[in-house]
Amino acid sequence: MNGDASPVAALGSGSALPAGPASGRGPRLGRLLLGAFVILLFAFFMAPFAMVVLNSSKTSREIIFNAIALPESWGQLLTNVRLIFTNPTVDYLGAFWDSTVITFLSLVVIVLFSSMCAWVLVRNKTVWSAVLFMAFVAAMVIPFQVLMYPLVRWMRLIGDAIHFRLLGTVRGIVFSYLGFGCPLSIFIFHGFIKNIPYELEESATIDGCSQAKTFFLIVFPLLKPIIVTVLILNGIWIWNDYLLPLLVLGSNGVVQTIPIAVTAFAGAYLKQWDLILTSTLIAMLPIIVLYLFAQRYIIKGMVEGAIK
Amino acid sequence: MRRHRLVNVLFVAPCVFAFAMNIIIPFGFGLYYSMTDWNGVSSDIHFVGLANFAGLFSSPDFIYSFIITVAYTAINIVLVNAVSFGLSLIVTSRIRGRNFLRAGFFIPYLIGGIVLGYIWQFIFNNALVAVGKSLSIAALQASFLSKPGTVIWIMSIVNTWQYAGYIMLIYVAAIQGIPASLMEAAEVDGASYPTRIFKILVPMMANAFTISLFLTLTTSFKQFDMNLTLTNGGPATRFMDTPIKASQLLAMNIFSTATANRMAEAQAKAVVLFVALVVVALLQVAANKKKEVEL
Repeated sequence: MNGDASPVAALGSGSALPAGPASGRGPRLGRLLLGAFVILLFAFFMAPFAMVVLNSSKTSREIIFNAIALPESWGQLLTNVRLIFTNPTVDYLGAFWDSTVITFLSLVVIVLFSSMCAWVLVRNKTVWSAVLFMAFVAAMVIPFQVLMYPLVRWMRLIGDAIHFRLLGTVRGIVFSYLGFGCPLSIFIFHGFIKNIPYELEESATIDGCSQAKTFFLIVFPLLKPIIVTVLILNGIWIWNDYLLPLLVLGSNGVVQTIPIAVTAFAGAYLKQWDLILTSTLIAMLPIIVLYLFAQRYIIKGMVEGAIK
Repeated sequence: MRRHRLVNVLFVAPCVFAFAMNIIIPFGFGLYYSMTDWNGVSSDIHFVGLANFAGLFSSPDFIYSFIITVAYTAINIVLVNAVSFGLSLIVTSRIRGRNFLRAGFFIPYLIGGIVLGYIWQFIFNNALVAVGKSLSIAALQASFLSKPGTVIWIMSIVNTWQYAGYIMLIYVAAIQGIPASLMEAAEVDGASYPTRIFKILVPMMANAFTISLFLTLTTSFKQFDMNLTLTNGGPATRFMDTPIKASQLLAMNIFSTATANRMAEAQAKAVVLFVALVVVALLQVAANKKKEVEL
């Protein structure tokens, strides 16, 4: 903990809470106790990650013998990682690739189409735009459990009827993520676009700019800060999502995602914690690394997403 | 003008189409299926009225799941919000390394429910048991996940670990919105630290508490992923003279009902979950309205 020099600085460091017990004037013992408490608390929050790294570096026999001891050799971590990636029953590398592609494509269509939709809804004050916006907002209450089984049946019906497979395909799940992701995204874009002065677009139109061009050249670039929020909210959700991929892609389909691969591992290697924990380590590493680099944006995006 | 309208339609079309295909149409089917004898296999589906719903209220596993989901949600509301409020006080104080701490407390939120469920299952079933054995602490030698009485509490602890850093950010934003001069003035006037917190800070953060309350409420009510991989509903216990699973929350109860090909029954349970969430949403809207009047 290197104080303010920490590379991981979040939000503004402006504090409205001067002189808590931790401030300079408190009695020495009190400050010491509080410091110890905070360190213990932080250790509790980090302990699960330590357990994962510790036991991903052990053999199954070592874990059964003692789950909290240090590993005999840290090199075992590489061996375990290799075992995961070369595993014959679960194509972990494939799942990693599919998860990346699905998350990326879903984010592209969500940001593009939600911002387009929200812009039209803001700039056209008609009964229809009000009804559509209300429908998007109201739909956010519906729990996935009501939709999931009818959705699968409906997708199968469509696939059979027009010979266009949605189940088990990347296009199918990206289409679903657009459907499930757009209500919140439209809501967030809607709130932001409302505060962009209309005069800007007006003068562009007078200068002969077409409506579509006005959006892509004038409005879309202005959305940059809120796009970051939408990307982060949807990105964390899609990367970690389990039920939708399970239903649309199936638990042993051609296309897999990481959460499905992790459950497949745990199911196939019951209680083989060396492999299960290594697979969880590989699953969470990319998102933690991304967080360490883009922390400022991620925290800002999460706060904005929650307060709106 | 005509071209204008065409562009408008083209701009909203992708979202409206995806929204209708994935949410509106399945939702309509979902409501209908809850009143049929759909079993997921036969395409011969008959309308049975409200029979599925009537059956739910005499189904021990559903009643039990509903009760423990409410209990789990209540524990979470208290635990998550108390811990996150405490964390927000720590990271907005003058303590050294506060930005580092804030960044760290948030990390668990980034880990998906599936992954963290396995990690905590390992901690409770193996790591803590190992600690209990090496230190000869009898209480730790049997896993907490195998005791029907404590399992909901354990799930709440894991849930708190996951969400506290996220809710903390909401409180931090609220605290930073309060003018620092206000707290300084109170300090100069000799108000003690607890007085300053509970008499000035907390009342001024009412909005953040409402947001956090409803966020915790809805996420707890819909909890599934972590439930699946941490406990898978276990251990076994008895309720209304029937063997049931002690930690099977509502969403998981729906899932396992459907897995047993009782699709229509699962659908009816899901509609009950939907109605419960609508009630929560209406309460939230009412709470927000009330605040607008006050301002």
